[in-house]
Amino acid sequence: MSQTVVRMEGIEKHFAGVHALKQCQFDLRAGEVHALVGENGAGKSTMMKVLTGVYQKDEGRIIYHGNEAHIPDTRTAQKLGISMIHQELNLALDLTVAQNIFIGKEPRKAIRLFLDDKEMNRQTAILLKQMNLDIEPTALVSELTVAKQQMVEIIKAISYDSQVMIMDEPTAALSDTEIDELFKMIDQLRAKGVGIVYISHRMAELKRITDRITVMRDGTYIDTVNTAEVSIDRIIAMMVGREIYQPAKPDRQKSNDQEHVFEVRNLNRGKGVKNVSFTLGKGEILGVAGLVGAGRTETARAIFGADPIDSGEIFVHGRKVQINGPHQAVMHGIGYLSEDRKHYGCLLEMDVKTNVALASLGKFTKFFSWMNDKHMASASKKVVEDLKVKTPGIGQMLKNLSGGNQQKVIIGKWLTRDCDILIFDEPTRGIDIGAKSEIYKLLESLAAEGKSIIMISSELPEILRLSHRIIVMCEGRITGELINDDSATQEQIMTYATDRIS
Amino acid sequence: MKTATTVGIQKKQFAFHAGLQQFLAFGSLILLVIFFSIASSNFFHFSNIVGILLSTAVIGVLALGATFIIVTGGIDLSVGTVMTLSAVMTGVFITMWGLPVWVGVIGGLLTGALCGLISGFVIARLGIPPFIATLAMMMIAKGLALVISGTKPIYFTDNEVFMEIALGSVLGDLIPGFDIPNAVLIFFLAAIIGSIVLARTIIGRYNFAIGSNEEATRLSGVDVRKWKIIIYMIAGLFTGLAGVLMASRLNSAQPALGMGYELEAIAAVVIGGTSLNGGKGSIVGTVIGALIMSVLTNGLRIMSVPQEWQTVVVGLVILLAVYADILRRRKA
Repeated sequence: MSQTVVRMEGIEKHFAGVHALKQCQFDLRAGEVHALVGENGAGKSTMMKVLTGVYQKDEGRIIYHGNEAHIPDTRTAQKLGISMIHQELNLALDLTVAQNIFIGKEPRKAIRLFLDDKEMNRQTAILLKQMNLDIEPTALVSELTVAKQQMVEIIKAISYDSQVMIMDEPTAALSDTEIDELFKMIDQLRAKGVGIVYISHRMAELKRITDRITVMRDGTYIDTVNTAEVSIDRIIAMMVGREIYQPAKPDRQKSNDQEHVFEVRNLNRGKGVKNVSFTLGKGEILGVAGLVGAGRTETARAIFGADPIDSGEIFVHGRKVQINGPHQAVMHGIGYLSEDRKHYGCLLEMDVKTNVALASLGKFTKFFSWMNDKHMASASKKVVEDLKVKTPGIGQMLKNLSGGNQQKVIIGKWLTRDCDILIFDEPTRGIDIGAKSEIYKLLESLAAEGKSIIMISSELPEILRLSHRIIVMCEGRITGELINDDSATQEQIMTYATDRIS
Repeated sequence: MKTATTVGIQKKQFAFHAGLQQFLAFGSLILLVIFFSIASSNFFHFSNIVGILLSTAVIGVLALGATFIIVTGGIDLSVGTVMTLSAVMTGVFITMWGLPVWVGVIGGLLTGALCGLISGFVIARLGIPPFIATLAMMMIAKGLALVISGTKPIYFTDNEVFMEIALGSVLGDLIPGFDIPNAVLIFFLAAIIGSIVLARTIIGRYNFAIGSNEEATRLSGVDVRKWKIIIYMIAGLFTGLAGVLMASRLNSAQPALGMGYELEAIAAVVIGGTSLNGGKGSIVGTVIGALIMSVLTNGLRIMSVPQEWQTVVVGLVILLAVYADILRRRKA
């Protein structure tokens, strides 16, 4: 059980002027789940990329099964038995489960001239059965849920006889039941003697699934501890190296007798949104809880006009409005911050200035739609100062900013546009813990200034910490609404969230 | 968290790489000119340089429009035949209907703009991919040009004024001996206007935003469909202008010409460093790209390289230009 599979020592890595890893170390035993934690930019993924041959270390040693290993590329890592399950899955969606698992090593027949599909499906069925998975080898991967796709990816790694499996945020896209299934699978892998490196931002999971935890910060190794012997608070303190903002519960008096700035009545859209009605008060943070697939994002997108609605009415400041596209939602002062910042939020290859001005370019024109760059620059400088965006300047490309700072820029985009109804979809997804509390503070101060906020979140502590009022969705419907006072608990929300309507 | 020094370094690198794109293309152009000047004494002559510029004008104007489209991440395969259709319509207005020259010119421009508008509508409203939509437009424009002209060229016989548009020289009248044809002047003026629109106006900003991330731009409350139609229409206007220049230069509208011009225009845009993925590019780059292509063909011809081989070299240059761009990006 305690035999060391891989040990990394004294790892050094530089990127053009940035010292990414400083004397880092990490070791993994057979049959253990070893968490690697740290804020974004702490060096976790760089460290794992060195192990999987994506990057080459400048200095240091990798000892694999007692011998020093040279890993010049990912293929070598794979041959050694080191696999990585990426956050973005690497599967060919139009191929079957078996074809994906055996890609590049398909069984052949007739002097290797033809593919042996029968044999491939048979072997796949055995692999799937070993892990107690109810998936057809001939099913198309595109027809599987994200959770099942992830399982296929893990099976693929097993088929390479992997002894080291690195999982990068494996639960990010999964619902609670799916997480349970994943953890069962991890237990089985553990029993088989596979060493698992588990990268996650979700602290609660670490307690549940991991044996040891290694903390990294700013490219340095901090410490490795036994999970059973430390508290989550201690881990977080090691990660950030500073105090974390701990707010009181929101000021609940707000949620009484206030004007309704926004109301939705009987909104319907496809299978995702069924008869959704709710109101939003001025200066209120309305938390929207629910499991993945409950229809929360679909509701937000329908309200914002990103997807056409089937039926329903929307009222802004008491007036009924028609929203046939995001450009009309914005005219009514509604801004939407997507859960997927990279694809739907920011222009990564463009600078801070353009991103801040994007929703209100019309405001920054002189004659003949000529751009007033000075005006634009001062507006974005104001955003950078007001929201404390950490950037060397407004000319910096957004892809060079951390997740938290990108999020601030996008908030700034809507504030520049004078939006007073803001829909935040998973506002802290992919944002490290230190920056999370800053985003929380920001949301609270926006509400205090009179902005009305709809906040979708899958993290219940986040919902309970920020919301004045909470609605819970399940299978496209609102199944519960509660005032966030002392009686509101995670258990209560979960009950509503799993409430199946027959 | 990054320290102030590392961020400073990143910023410098960014500025360096952005400048490099323009510098590489311009540097290659200068190197080519120097190379051909040394290789043949006939190259660096006023008349030859004017010839190069004149032969760049039509493709160049076409490429200006194509730049707008390609920066959005789209592609326009119809510019070659829409150019021909515009030329034919100009011929119809002036020669067949006997309308004044200025009406014919505006008619030609509007033909291009209308085709762009239709392509834009099909792409933005009906959701047909640009490649398919403009492929269809390419066929339609080609067919219409043949139908309208009766498959025969339309000549602007004895129409001195119309010929002057491309081949006269306003500059030569002002400065004796400086006989640069109007077509070249129009090309550079169009480039300056295009450059201003792309770099300094709201249209240009949306152009880059759409090319950078269309969905994020839409979700920022930008009416992406409207702007795309406008952008395709602007590109069509440039195509129409190329048609008028072409007709004036040949003193006729040749309905069978035009196919293949779209690929040369795209090549000029790509050599100029505009990314086919959208979001990156410049008019200056396109002008340099178009000049590199003409300098190359002209220089090779002067060195008596057979025409077939000239085409091979241009092909290699396209590969080289794009590969240089990829290398640069990989480092960045």
